[in-house]
Amino acid sequence: MAELSAPPRKTRDWIAPAILVVLLALVPPISLALGDPFLVKVATRVVVFAIVAVALDLVVGFGGLVSLCHAGLFGIGGYVVAILAFHDFNAEPIFGAWSGTSNLAISLPLGAVFAAVIAAIVGAISLRTSGPYFIMITLAFNQMFYYAAVALQKYGGEDGLQILSSVTLAGIDVSNRYRFFYVALAGLALTLIVITRMAASRFGIILRAAAANETRVVAVGVAPWAYRLVAFIVSGFFAGMAGALLAASQQFISPVDMAWDRSGDFVVMAVLGGIATVWGPVIGAAAFIVLELALSSWTQHWHLAFGFIILMVVIFLRGGLADLTRMVRPRAAGGAHD
Amino acid sequence: MTAALFIEQLLNGVQFGVMLFLIASGLTLVFGIMNFINLAHGSLYMTGAFAAAVTQRLTGSFLLAILVGMIVAALMGALLEQLVLRRFYARNHLDQVLATFGLILIMNEATRIIFGPTPLRMNLPEALSGSIQIMPGVPYPSFRLAILAVGLAVAGALYVIIMKTRMGMWVRAGASNRAIAAAMGVNVPLVFAGLFAVGAAFAGLAGIMAGPILSVQVGMGEPILILALVVTVIGGIGSIRGAFVAALLVGVVDTFGRVLLTPALGSMVIFMLMAAILAFRPKGLFAVHG
Repeated sequence: MAELSAPPRKTRDWIAPAILVVLLALVPPISLALGDPFLVKVATRVVVFAIVAVALDLVVGFGGLVSLCHAGLFGIGGYVVAILAFHDFNAEPIFGAWSGTSNLAISLPLGAVFAAVIAAIVGAISLRTSGPYFIMITLAFNQMFYYAAVALQKYGGEDGLQILSSVTLAGIDVSNRYRFFYVALAGLALTLIVITRMAASRFGIILRAAAANETRVVAVGVAPWAYRLVAFIVSGFFAGMAGALLAASQQFISPVDMAWDRSGDFVVMAVLGGIATVWGPVIGAAAFIVLELALSSWTQHWHLAFGFIILMVVIFLRGGLADLTRMVRPRAAGGAHD
Repeated sequence: MTAALFIEQLLNGVQFGVMLFLIASGLTLVFGIMNFINLAHGSLYMTGAFAAAVTQRLTGSFLLAILVGMIVAALMGALLEQLVLRRFYARNHLDQVLATFGLILIMNEATRIIFGPTPLRMNLPEALSGSIQIMPGVPYPSFRLAILAVGLAVAGALYVIIMKTRMGMWVRAGASNRAIAAAMGVNVPLVFAGLFAVGAAFAGLAGIMAGPILSVQVGMGEPILILALVVTVIGGIGSIRGAFVAALLVGVVDTFGRVLLTPALGSMVIFMLMAAILAFRPKGLFAVHG
């Protein structure tokens, strides 16, 4: 749980996220120098998942609400992009009038907004409850979105939907892996800027205060419901945007991308990185994907080792990897983990 | 829909409902008493099914398979509780979700390593492989009727134990207020450890009964776990009566949804039902905690 304190000094807040974005921006040149395009592919995945993990952090870390439906929101964003591209490729009008689009400048915001609208509905219902109820309800909603995607027979059903047209961004071809990476990185930068600002604002303080002691916040005269709902919607927006980026980057989306265990993965990423900060989950996403690659190249039964690592992290490293910085700089603000 | 089809589907729904109840009963009491969210409960369902399938293959006896399956599930539940889960009772829900999520990965992968990726088959016992005329011209598989009978019997026994015995009183006391129950001299951790094992055995029993109908495979526990969570939420966390009513409701609505609606709506109707109920009763139908 994030520490409740006065609005932090502005500049220091931006150092860590800026370093992370700059480091990620160096990946394509390094990848080119090494002649290893796989590196960029991995980095794109890291960036996309980092966006969801940061978005989830707003709800889990600052709002104290464990959401298990973010894979569903993520997938919804992806399906919007893939379905619009499907209609564009087949020149088949959608809703009778519009022939779809492969232009990310249109489909990406649409995917994010659509996910935000769904998040508003899910949030409005789920936030009437709290604690374990909230966790179970969001999990159930995730399962519902999964089945909805499986039932989309026209769009591939269980097999998923391939994007056959070439994806552009306002006329620029971004099917080039290196160019696309920077589009995704811009998305991560935007997410970090918006959520860091929100977390440091009065809004963020009320969100954290309600997570720390709801009774006290209510006694002071603030109803946390609306704040939580807004946080959930913003989080859904960025999760949908990340899903849209994933669909565009792998030219494919399938129900597997929104399965419930992916939601669990997102929570693991956020916690692995550390939910006391906004930027911690970026490290978590990177660690998760590198670990996944390393373990899966070592053994096909890597989930076993992964499960043990998750258990060990929960038992011993309670502030996530961001906590390690506290061991280096003992006086730095890390945040109590509830 | 003809009357015969209606009755057949109704029986299917109730049968699915009692199976859900077997899983949800353990889940809801664990939530109620320890305020502990156990996503790995579905793994115990899987454990029971695998233990039973292997026993049946080795001995050919279905009764022995049930017995071994339930015992193995109960032991596994007790083991998990003692080794891992009890460390997390005092932790927040986030840590509980993460720990049990990690356990699911471990249990599923360990099962895959031991039994391989191909699903195991369980055969119907000889005596129950036929069907019975429930109405003139309406045959119904006798195994499904047996599931129904076992499920109702377990529900009845559970009701009597929880509502009429001293042990049940401890459980109810623990579920409504753990601190006061402990102050009144109830050994809550002991009651809870026992309860956990019994809940695990019931989840295992549900897995065994699902074995001959569905296939016994890795990951079978999670879809059913999510439905059991829906049952728990609709019924009200900690309420065994709520779990029973909600399980039948979910079983029947799900079965009829799949028959009457398009596949898309059919698989989502349960979640819509849950959303509708929670919109009016956020604490479920039979809320235990005020």
